[in-house]
Order: sequence, then C-alpha cells, then structure tokens
Amino acid sequence: MTAIVARVIVTPKPAVNDPQGITVRQGLATLGFGEVTDVRVGKYIEVRLDVRNEKEARERVEAMCRQLLANHVIEDYSFDVDTDGRSSK
Amino acid sequence: MVVFPGTWSDRDCGWVIDQVLGAELRYLWHKDADLKGCDCVILPGGFAYGDYLRTGAIARFAPVMEKVIEFADQGGLVWGICNGFQILCEADLLPGALIRNSSLEFRCEWTHLVVERADLPFTSGCEEREVLRIPISHGEGSYFADPATLSRLEQNGQVVFRYSDVEGRVRPNANPNGSLHSIAGIVNERGNVLGMMPHPERCAEPELGGTDGLKLFRSVMHSAVEVLTV
Repeated sequence: MTAIVARVIVTPKPAVNDPQGITVRQGLATLGFGEVTDVRVGKYIEVRLDVRNEKEARERVEAMCRQLLANHVIEDYSFDVDTDGRSSK
Repeated sequence: MVVFPGTWSDRDCGWVIDQVLGAELRYLWHKDADLKGCDCVILPGGFAYGDYLRTGAIARFAPVMEKVIEFADQGGLVWGICNGFQILCEADLLPGALIRNSSLEFRCEWTHLVVERADLPFTSGCEEREVLRIPISHGEGSYFADPATLSRLEQNGQVVFRYSDVEGRVRPNANPNGSLHSIAGIVNERGNVLGMMPHPERCAEPELGGTDGLKLFRSVMHSAVEVLTV
C-alpha cells in the first residue's frame, strides 16, 4: 500500500454570493492593499489515505468530494495527491 | 421529532405538539433505524453534528435519515425547520442550499412571511397571501439555487413562504439574509416535504409574543389525522 496525502480545495461557485470574501476584500483595502480586485473564501481539507497507487487515490478522493466534501449546488472543488512524506510506514 | 447530537429546538417543538396541541409525540434519536409509526417527521433547528463541514452535511448520513428519505418517498409528511431545512437540502429531498447570511451576522429577530401556498398539509390552516409573524434565528439561511432550479420552483409554485413587510409586500429591506427571491420556505414537487428557516415553535403561545406558528403545527396535525382516516 502507498501512503498518500490529498489536498482538497473547496471554493464557492462564481455565481454564489460570498459575503466573507467581500468582507475580507474590504479589510485588505483598509490596510492599503488597493490592488485587490476580488477575494473568495473557501476551505482547505487534507485527507491521508492508504491505497494501491496514485490513480486509485484520485478516484477515491474524487468520490469523497462528490459525496461529502463539497456541495455541488454551491461549491467547486479541486485537489492534488502526493506521496505522504509524514507517514512513518 | 428527530434529535441529532447538537439539535436544540426539539423540546420547543415537542412542547407545542404534546403540551399545546395535545397530540402524541415521539422522539427519534439519530441512530434509530425506524420511525416508530410517526405520521409526520420533524427535523428541528440546532446545529446537528456541530454543522461541521457545512450545515446539515454530516446529519444527512445519520442512520435515521435513511428512513426519513424512504418515508418522504412514500409520501409521508416531513417538515424541516431551520437546521432541518439545511439537512433536507443536503439530503437532496429539497433543491438548493442555504449559505451564509449576506450580512455575515447571526440574525435572531421577528420576520413577516407571506404565505404563497395555503393548500399544503403544512399550511391548510392559513389563507393564501396571509402574512405570518414568525422569528428567525440563523447565521446560514440565505437560500441559493441556480437560475434553472429557481425558475422551476417558481413555475411549480414550490415557494411556500417569502420574507415580506407587515403588509405582505416582498421587498429587499424585508429580506433578512439575502435569500434569492426572498425565499423563506419551499416544498418539494409532491407537496409532502417542507423546509423553512423561520421558527414557528417560537411563536405558538401568547406568552411567546405571538401565535402564528401554531397555525402550521395545527395544520400538520389535522392533515396527519385526515391521512389516517381516509
């Protein structure tokens, strides 16, 4: 088995109003970051799994995103998978 | 009355059912695998499973939800209030989703709702276009659905309650959370699954400052009895 770490990013869909993002953008403008044109606030989820190979990891994480990690009505997701350097196995 | 870890309105709703209306009340724990013969299943407000990940996201996988979905598919009455509405959306029993209030504030205040459907088991005791005064209490109650879903909801008459002013006029400043089309409550196409953000159990006795919520509980009770006697 291979120890894999998947890094999943979940973001609000472009059509979904993101009041958190708007508020953060206003905060950045107040601090002088006037060049900021847009901010979207999402989630970062780290999943560690033991699988046969990277291909299997991708399939499993894809299924996790579809079934639980993201809500397809309001969110988009993306992820990458990597060998888990933190694992002692 | 379904109780998840983190549910908080179960006793308030339960009080209305057995103390105010004198109906028979049963609590269903989230691990229960049967509905104990209930005629209507209520998913009350709160923060089921801490609302971790997203509101309702974990609760929809509770063992009891499998039975609730079966019950709904058979035409049984399912009523989600606040967190219950969020769970019904996550479980795909209702379309759309509830996102962070546009103000970013947790809103706990009285609202007015205009009743757009008075022919449902949940609203049969109301008049069409009647204005109800019912409080909200949520941080994530802004209804969202894509444009195709929204127009389908409107065409099918699935919008049951809309935030309005005291006269029943739907206006942006009467919308407390940024819900699209000022939606406060919707029903599924078949008319047996209702989700709403406002809390009718918090205005079901004069001591609570209003009794409009009782109309909905009374409608449900009469409808459940009718189903039994047909």
